[in-house]
Amino acid sequence: MLGFGILSGLLILPLLGAAFILTLRGDSEAARSNARWAALITTIITFLLSLVAWGRFDTGISSFQLVESHAWLAEGIAFKLGVDGFSMPFILLTTFLMPFCILASWESITHRVKEYFVAFLVLETTMIGVFQALDLVLFYLFFEAGLIPMFLIIGIWGGKRRIYASFKFFLYTLLGSVLMLLAIMAMYWAAGTTDIPTLLTHEFPANMQIWLWLAFFASFAVKMPMWPVHTWLPDAHVEAPTAGSVILAGILLKMGGYGFIRVSLPMFPDASIYFAPLVFALSVIAIVYTSLVALMQEDMKKLIAYSSVAHMGFVTMGLFSMNPQGIQGAMFQMVSHGLVSGALFLCVGVVYDRMHTREIKAYGGLVNRMPLYAVVFLILTMANVGLPGTSGFVGEFLSLMGAFRANTWVSFLATTGVILSAAYALWLYRRVVYGPLEKPELQSITDLNRREMISLIPLVLLVIYYGVQPGPILDAFAAPTDALMKTYQAALTTIQTAAVAVH
Amino acid sequence: MYHAIVFLPLVGFLIAGLFGRLIGPRPSEIVTTALLFVSAFLSWIAFFQVALGDTPMLRVQVAQWMSVGDLNVDWAFRIDTLTAVMLIVVNSVSALVHLYSIGYMHEDPHRPRFFAYLSLFTFAMLMLVTADNLVQMFFGWEGVGLASYLLIGFWYQKDSANAAAMKAFIVNRVGDFGFLLGIFTLFVLFNSVTFEQIFPRVADMANANFRFLGVEWHAMTIAALLLFMGAMGKSAQFLLHTWLPDAMEGPTPVSALIHAATMVTAGVFMVARLSPIFEYAPAALTVVTIIGGITAFFAATVGLVQNDIKRVIAYSTCSQLGYMFVGLGVGAYGAGVFHLFTHAFFKALLFLGAGSVIHAMHHEQDMRNMGALRKYIPFTTAMMAIGTLALTGFPFTAGYYSKDAIIEAAFAKHSAAGTFAFIATVVAAFMTSFYSWRLFFLTFEGKARWSHGHDHAHGHHAHGSHEGVEHDDHNHDVEPAHHADHEHGHHGHGDHKPHESPLVMLIPLALLALGALVAGIIFHHDFIGEGYNDFWKGALYTRPDNHILEEMHHLPGWVPLLPTVMMILGFVLAVYMYMLDTKKPAQLAAEHPLLYRFLLNKWYFDELYDLIFVRPAMWLGRFLWRTGDGRIIDGLGPDGISARVMDVTRGVVRVQTGYVYHYAFAMLIGVAALVTFYLFRGAH
Repeated sequence: MLGFGILSGLLILPLLGAAFILTLRGDSEAARSNARWAALITTIITFLLSLVAWGRFDTGISSFQLVESHAWLAEGIAFKLGVDGFSMPFILLTTFLMPFCILASWESITHRVKEYFVAFLVLETTMIGVFQALDLVLFYLFFEAGLIPMFLIIGIWGGKRRIYASFKFFLYTLLGSVLMLLAIMAMYWAAGTTDIPTLLTHEFPANMQIWLWLAFFASFAVKMPMWPVHTWLPDAHVEAPTAGSVILAGILLKMGGYGFIRVSLPMFPDASIYFAPLVFALSVIAIVYTSLVALMQEDMKKLIAYSSVAHMGFVTMGLFSMNPQGIQGAMFQMVSHGLVSGALFLCVGVVYDRMHTREIKAYGGLVNRMPLYAVVFLILTMANVGLPGTSGFVGEFLSLMGAFRANTWVSFLATTGVILSAAYALWLYRRVVYGPLEKPELQSITDLNRREMISLIPLVLLVIYYGVQPGPILDAFAAPTDALMKTYQAALTTIQTAAVAVH
Repeated sequence: MYHAIVFLPLVGFLIAGLFGRLIGPRPSEIVTTALLFVSAFLSWIAFFQVALGDTPMLRVQVAQWMSVGDLNVDWAFRIDTLTAVMLIVVNSVSALVHLYSIGYMHEDPHRPRFFAYLSLFTFAMLMLVTADNLVQMFFGWEGVGLASYLLIGFWYQKDSANAAAMKAFIVNRVGDFGFLLGIFTLFVLFNSVTFEQIFPRVADMANANFRFLGVEWHAMTIAALLLFMGAMGKSAQFLLHTWLPDAMEGPTPVSALIHAATMVTAGVFMVARLSPIFEYAPAALTVVTIIGGITAFFAATVGLVQNDIKRVIAYSTCSQLGYMFVGLGVGAYGAGVFHLFTHAFFKALLFLGAGSVIHAMHHEQDMRNMGALRKYIPFTTAMMAIGTLALTGFPFTAGYYSKDAIIEAAFAKHSAAGTFAFIATVVAAFMTSFYSWRLFFLTFEGKARWSHGHDHAHGHHAHGSHEGVEHDDHNHDVEPAHHADHEHGHHGHGDHKPHESPLVMLIPLALLALGALVAGIIFHHDFIGEGYNDFWKGALYTRPDNHILEEMHHLPGWVPLLPTVMMILGFVLAVYMYMLDTKKPAQLAAEHPLLYRFLLNKWYFDELYDLIFVRPAMWLGRFLWRTGDGRIIDGLGPDGISARVMDVTRGVVRVQTGYVYHYAFAMLIGVAALVTFYLFRGAH
């Protein structure tokens, strides 16, 4: 149909929904309700469409599939879309999480309702776009455009310090991406195209790789976020509305990792090998440092935000260990973390909606009145801790194993994160859920309602399912990982021969 | 059949867990207990087929778990004699504890949850013992940790219970840290995590080296040491033992099942399962022996002076686990596992007996408030006597065969570590006898130190300083007040005389007592005697030059007698101090206050760990947060820069931060303009 395939459909659908919401007149209760339903239906249809795409996708091959290309800015810069095993699971994750975000905003958003849902739908398009883009310029555009709706969501519908948080978020991420833009231009001039499949086969000179790698690293490291450029994340999470936090933790953080696997690792293999020790060091610091910081947090969202930074440390560590266990484990960890931390933020949202505070001290003994909530929160806490049988374990275990093969020190230090994560997560759980229910304002708190059950139960089930049967996701990563490993073997051989030649 | 054995408890867990509130407590109890009995029955069939029959080792594939590169992990069962032994231990004790709990917990409003947790625990434990690879073993390992966490914290109203639950989980995680690294090491060495593929190749790797943390290690030694760290955590060995006594915060049936008979023995099972690896790591075995010896001695010393009936038994468990590791460490794997087997019976018996006492005393746990209970609860008294006899190694009871075998093996090893362990275990045998009989006399004999109508539910300890020095940590020795209050409402006739427990609690006691009496005499032939090879069929690997079981039978005459002599001496001393001259203990404590306090406070390990781990971690966390993130990163980064920018712009523009839209769109337009400009310039 007009040369547009299913991937364009995924981009256009949320925009159509947004356009529809914009046509709604007035700010009456009916209009708001229509906006909510329109957003929900749009995101559900988008999810179903992504399932269709998944059905047509063949996990056995490593090349890009469902490719569509349209002429765009210039020769060599096209509007080109396509997916491979690395990107497909993230598209599904995005479309899957969106309906829950809409549900989470159902009652908690009370002003500028229409605009809110428009922002979310636009955000969805940009996020899907990042994972589909097969052209670096297009990738960059979606990568940066996603900032704007998120910036608005935090800045308009956020908490008390929303302005500070939104600017911090925006400045950090934008500064990083200026360098990425420069790098993209340099690549265009060097290779004559920004077409990703072509660039994947293009061999950049080793010293140029170093600079390009650093430029992309500046952007991806902020997005991850890696230590020491992580401080925007806790602030952004704390101030963002619940659904904003879910998307931030669930999808936006994954763009950094996705960028590494899409651009840095395959296009600059020499530089990646060269910089791997740096990434290892930053990852290990992130894991230990932020876990310790998480231990002392007094705000529930901040605690989970810091734990996210620690978990992303496992991801970068796994990616740069450059073996199948490390890479696939890291990728799996990202998907798993998307589900787990997304659901954890929903959990915080549940009590925030009731009590309007995120202070850990304000809670205690919730299990007495909220047994269902206690169960859901417990399973998610355990997934966050990486208990075998939950999806959290698979990613953590594999990325640690990969790191162990690359460097025992890295793995040794990172494994201490296993102890620390248990400490902060269980302590949080104990302070919030266990104990007697003594605080007078909690006496009438109600358990999960139906809407909250609908949004949390599927996530919990998936977390357990993927913990026991991670195959569907891991297998998707297998073929492109194999291809990537071949690149590395080649790069390592060149380095070794060069080293021999020098001596 | 093996599917049924392992998954029936899971079914029970799901039914009671998901629908417990719907179907009510009684059906939940019946369903979980019945499923467990079926599972236990099938386990015995499996035991007869595999261990006593001649069914060869078999592997049952359930499903694939994960497959990444050259790593393949399956959900699969490995059924051999070692598994079969563990199956009957786990399922028999678990079934009896389920049954017992129907009586013990009958007043608790959360029974479905309790039975769901018990079944979940059993499922995880079964996954552990049937594991065919290291990762599935780790699954079970952590699963039992989770169940233990949930059950210790079962009474979540109690802060001490929550603290104990958390402590148990985190200390176990310290051990798991080593376990994980051990798995990684083995994977790097063998490119596999499956026992079937690792074990046959260990001999080829006997002299391999492995670089870990920049040091060249003997590969098998470092792998074994790392894995043993996991075992130390789970089995509460010296240095990682601190969680076990606190775990007594959980309901008493839990203590019997998890913290005595099954979960804490997982470490012993692990070392036995990995005997092919440990056999090629003699240095690691020496460490196992020494740690086991220290634990056996250390825990026994602390057990001498504790006043909480459950804590005495907990330290006794800790000490007995040390014995098992000594057995493994000197290469007598059969003896270690045999002690695991017999210990499960008599220690579960002691705990359930203690539970019966606590039940009778309306949830009093302090032995200083007991005494003379023999007349009121004669059946429990008799059962406890049997358990005590078996534990102390009275001739022909279970402990006599298994414990003495370990002591003999330690002597027969003729190495420095072996001799150390021999001395430690012999001294510990004396102390075991003493504290066991002390418990017995304080509880059942002497004068009644409780009064009729005395309200135990509110937990004030009238006899706070029975042994002359006041106690530091007994304010949480009582099971929760709401529980006990409930009971008072229930009985409602104001009669607080200790009462014998219902039949549903006494039957498990009787069955376990039977096991404690005869398990040794029936099975010692198979586990450690002439039937060794036919029984184990290679499930426990020993190198050709390991003749320890043979040498055990050629010891000087005094060695086999020594443990029995120690047992008698301990008994005599206990009779003297707690029956004849009852002033003596207080007098001794007063004469040696330093020693007494040192033991009473468990060698001050909790305080030490708090000082060197917990507090610094918290301080560091706060420092990194406030100073690291706040002052340094933010101060030099975004906040600092924006402050400078604000300084510059303040005079020029009035910054209106209210209109976020404007900024956003200005930036969007800026970005778009920049992109367009560069692209077109580049293109042309």
